[in-house]
Amino acid sequence: MEQQLITVTELNNYIKYKLEDDKFLSDLLVTGEVSNFHHHSSGHMYFTLKDEDTRVKCVLFASYNRSLSFMPEDGMQVLIKGDIGLYQPRGEYQLYVKEIEPEGVGALHIAYEQLKKRLQGEGLFAAATKKELPEIPSRIGVITSPTGAAFRDFLSVAKRRFAKANILLAPATVQGEKAEESLLAALKRLIDYGEVEVIVITRGGGSLEDLWSFNSEKLARSVFAASVPIISAVGHETDYTILDFVADLRAPTPSAAAELVIPSCEQLTKHLKQLKTSLIRAMKEQIKSRRTALESLSQRRVFLEPNRELRSLKQRLDELKSRLKSTFKANFSLTKEKLEHQVSRLDSLSPLNTLARGYALCRQEDQETLSSVEEVEVGEEVEIVLADGKIKSEVTAIQLEKLEF
Amino acid sequence: MSVEEELSFEEALAELEEIVDKLESGELSLEDSLKEFEAGIKLSRFCAKILDDTEEKIEMIIENEVGDLEIKPYNSSGKE
Repeated sequence: MEQQLITVTELNNYIKYKLEDDKFLSDLLVTGEVSNFHHHSSGHMYFTLKDEDTRVKCVLFASYNRSLSFMPEDGMQVLIKGDIGLYQPRGEYQLYVKEIEPEGVGALHIAYEQLKKRLQGEGLFAAATKKELPEIPSRIGVITSPTGAAFRDFLSVAKRRFAKANILLAPATVQGEKAEESLLAALKRLIDYGEVEVIVITRGGGSLEDLWSFNSEKLARSVFAASVPIISAVGHETDYTILDFVADLRAPTPSAAAELVIPSCEQLTKHLKQLKTSLIRAMKEQIKSRRTALESLSQRRVFLEPNRELRSLKQRLDELKSRLKSTFKANFSLTKEKLEHQVSRLDSLSPLNTLARGYALCRQEDQETLSSVEEVEVGEEVEIVLADGKIKSEVTAIQLEKLEF
Repeated sequence: MSVEEELSFEEALAELEEIVDKLESGELSLEDSLKEFEAGIKLSRFCAKILDDTEEKIEMIIENEVGDLEIKPYNSSGKE
């Protein structure tokens, strides 16, 4: 026997190499039931995947299971993506799990996540692109099944809030193969018609498969491109569809959508009443403030006792008058005194007074008074004027003599 | 006032709110206040009338056999 002898380690190394090298055994999709599930304190998960006849050991390392959207449990049917490898210490092969989903929804879920990621990347969910909802829409478009519970719920809330709601329903199939096309057609009808100010796309709760048409990429793109703001209200509060992300507003339920989009008649009436009351109060306030201003003006003394001012003026006038009088009097007597003084001075200078004292003046007949003997000649006639008359005389001699006083 | 006829309820309400704010500010002359007040009363009547006059209308929009849009009254049986 010339066969080569090998160790167990060498054997397992070889098996490991063989398993890992096999293309068929990597990225496998395997379905089965979870059993003996154990979440180790290290974070890794260990379980056995089985069907009716056989089983395989599985490991889901912590680095992969952190982002799990659900917790695997014993008895759960799952879909697993992973690679086959060998656990050398025990010489056991096992399935190294990379992804795990509850079976059935698994594939849809992956597709949903991929679409969501892609559309998000393109900016279809961006808050900045959301259209503003009208506060009081005059007409509301609704896309849903005309017979469904969703529309019934929507209508009952609508009527409670605003008895006169104006609603335009675009009937659509909301589940099954035809749903996507039907929803798109209904949206197009409403937008083409053009009278609605907001559109609600709604349906009641259901399984992920039931709601699948609301994850349609075409619907998402149509909603994104729509000129009218769109509210989504699909399924229950916990269900999120692609439509919910791309819509301008997501309502958790059909009733909630009605609450959001339909104004409350009661609230509007109340608001209107308040506004009217404020309007009247403000106007009254305006008039009141003017009246107060007017009243305070008319309370001023000038209006209350118009004579008072006049009386004081009169008083002042009287005062001025009497001052004028007394000043005039004083001035007059002073002037008179001055005049008398001047007159008496004048009197004392008069030549008549001098004559009265025994002096005489001498002049040629009707001529200037003589002041020098040289002005006359012997034989000339002169007049001597005294206080009480004239003496006609003739110059008989002239004697030049300086009189000394 | 013919302007009102072109206003939506929402616009009329917003205008009324603006008028109340202006009047409450007390910065208007008495003449302007009276003008605004008059306009405000008209707007409030206009809004109240819309609330009173609006009729309940629930209709369906469908596409008929020749591909035209058609508006029909809604009935809860959902039959077109």
